[in-house]
Amino acid sequence: MSMSRLSGVDDLNEMYESIILDHYRNPRNLKKLASPDLEKDVNNPFCGDELSIQLNIENDVVTDLSVSGNGCAISQSSGSLLAESVINLTKIQILELIVNVRKMMRGEDISEEIRDSLGDIEALEGVKKFPVRIKCALLGWTGLEDLIQD
Amino acid sequence: MSVNIDSVRKDFPILGRSVNGKKLVYLDNAATSQKPKIVIDSITEYYTKYNSNVHRGVHTLSMEATEAYENARFKVAKLINAPEDCIIWTRNATESLNLVASSWGLNNISAEQNIIITNAEHHSNLVTWQQISKKTGCELRYIDISNGFEMSNLKNILDKNTALVSITHISNVLGYVTPISDIVSLIKKMNLDTKILVDAAQSVPHMPLDVNDLGIDFLAFSAHKMMGPTGIGVLYGKKELLLNMEPYMFGGDMIIEVSYEGAKWNELPYKFEAGTPNIAGGISTGVAVDYLLNIGMENIWKHEVDLTNYALEKFSQFKNFTVLGNNLNHPRGGVISFVHKSIHPHDIGTILDKQGIAIRTGHHCAMPLVRSYGTSAAARVSFYIYNTFNEVDLFFEAIKDVEDYFL
Repeated sequence: MSMSRLSGVDDLNEMYESIILDHYRNPRNLKKLASPDLEKDVNNPFCGDELSIQLNIENDVVTDLSVSGNGCAISQSSGSLLAESVINLTKIQILELIVNVRKMMRGEDISEEIRDSLGDIEALEGVKKFPVRIKCALLGWTGLEDLIQD
Repeated sequence: MSVNIDSVRKDFPILGRSVNGKKLVYLDNAATSQKPKIVIDSITEYYTKYNSNVHRGVHTLSMEATEAYENARFKVAKLINAPEDCIIWTRNATESLNLVASSWGLNNISAEQNIIITNAEHHSNLVTWQQISKKTGCELRYIDISNGFEMSNLKNILDKNTALVSITHISNVLGYVTPISDIVSLIKKMNLDTKILVDAAQSVPHMPLDVNDLGIDFLAFSAHKMMGPTGIGVLYGKKELLLNMEPYMFGGDMIIEVSYEGAKWNELPYKFEAGTPNIAGGISTGVAVDYLLNIGMENIWKHEVDLTNYALEKFSQFKNFTVLGNNLNHPRGGVISFVHKSIHPHDIGTILDKQGIAIRTGHHCAMPLVRSYGTSAAARVSFYIYNTFNEVDLFFEAIKDVEDYFL
């Protein structure tokens, strides 16, 4: 975290958690796939956030995935967290994960067990205090959901 | 005369509030302005003391309401030096533009003609003419004003078939002021039949403007950007044009006589004002006009230009920030849009909001223009008479924090 005089502003730091800023500065799995089985570009024209999702899938398991794009720290870090979290999961496991991410963002009660399963994704929870930014956080997850349900 | 900004600020109750524990610094005036207490009070006064419908009752309340409402129209007419019956109340500048498009455009523009707009128009003055182009088959031509308005760019595309030039007076993204008077002279030399519409949403609130001097055909603006309420706007049109235009909407108030077989239209401006209007909105807009004229449009303009020059100078010290519309020699109003090399406008907006500073982020209802700068969103500060140099300083302190936080 920086030396900024804003570093004492709690809810700001909750949204821009160090994990979030780390993913924003160094996004994971950016590299485009050589021959993706599925791909989709999602964007939020209102904000100008864009993500491009590609994935390879074998027997219903995501074997490789790439997420790249342009936009705010929240949309991009959320995309990077996604890219890190879903490889080697089955479609059903991914859909379940997306349901849980949504629940967390809506501020619904989630069990400790689910919380544990979210891992680093939990860092996105601070965004729920900034309602206009929730859409940014969910952009990639919504895109992935559409992609594997199609 | 110089204006005491501190005393102006006292007229605006909202400027006394705090946001996130900090004193509000409101720099989103191009989106909407704040309202002085007298404007807010005039709305309460109408509903408390003489609420009634206009133009139809013989009772005292209705007569009082009609008088106040029409008096406001008179004030707006004086503000832009237009005849009263050429001032049409609409919902906002957008509706004013749509009124011209539907009522005049669809009936007067043919497939072999063309319409000229700039590449910096607000969606309301762009999508509207795209639709008229699709419906009539006419060509829509663009003047690129990204680096400022160049008369030769207009000259190159203006011809005998140009039915309309519809142009922003001050771009809500770039802040450039277009030289309307020179534009009108050029057009009139080329083709006396070409009509000129000015989108004055960002200019009427901030500078002196005289439609008669300018010689334009239509002018559109919104009350809420000039200290008035939302939900009411104005269309000015030249009388001979308005007289020959068909109504935009049908219903009460816009007719003089109705039978089961047909109807005759009311006189100007009522022909274009179907249904019970926004009475409180009209009345309080009149109060806003009085308030603006009391400060003086020249004074407002000068203060905002000073603030803008001060802010542009400060921006030049931040190497990672780029101002959109970087022609610093071009005349400009109090609007500055900017992008950061790596930090997204939304993140900038959130950090500033935490310090009580309200700015706009996004595409500013001018998507193709913002995209032409290779970005899908920008941040924007925009000033009004109540903004201070100290607020500009606070903004730049917060801008430093943005970089400290993210880089």
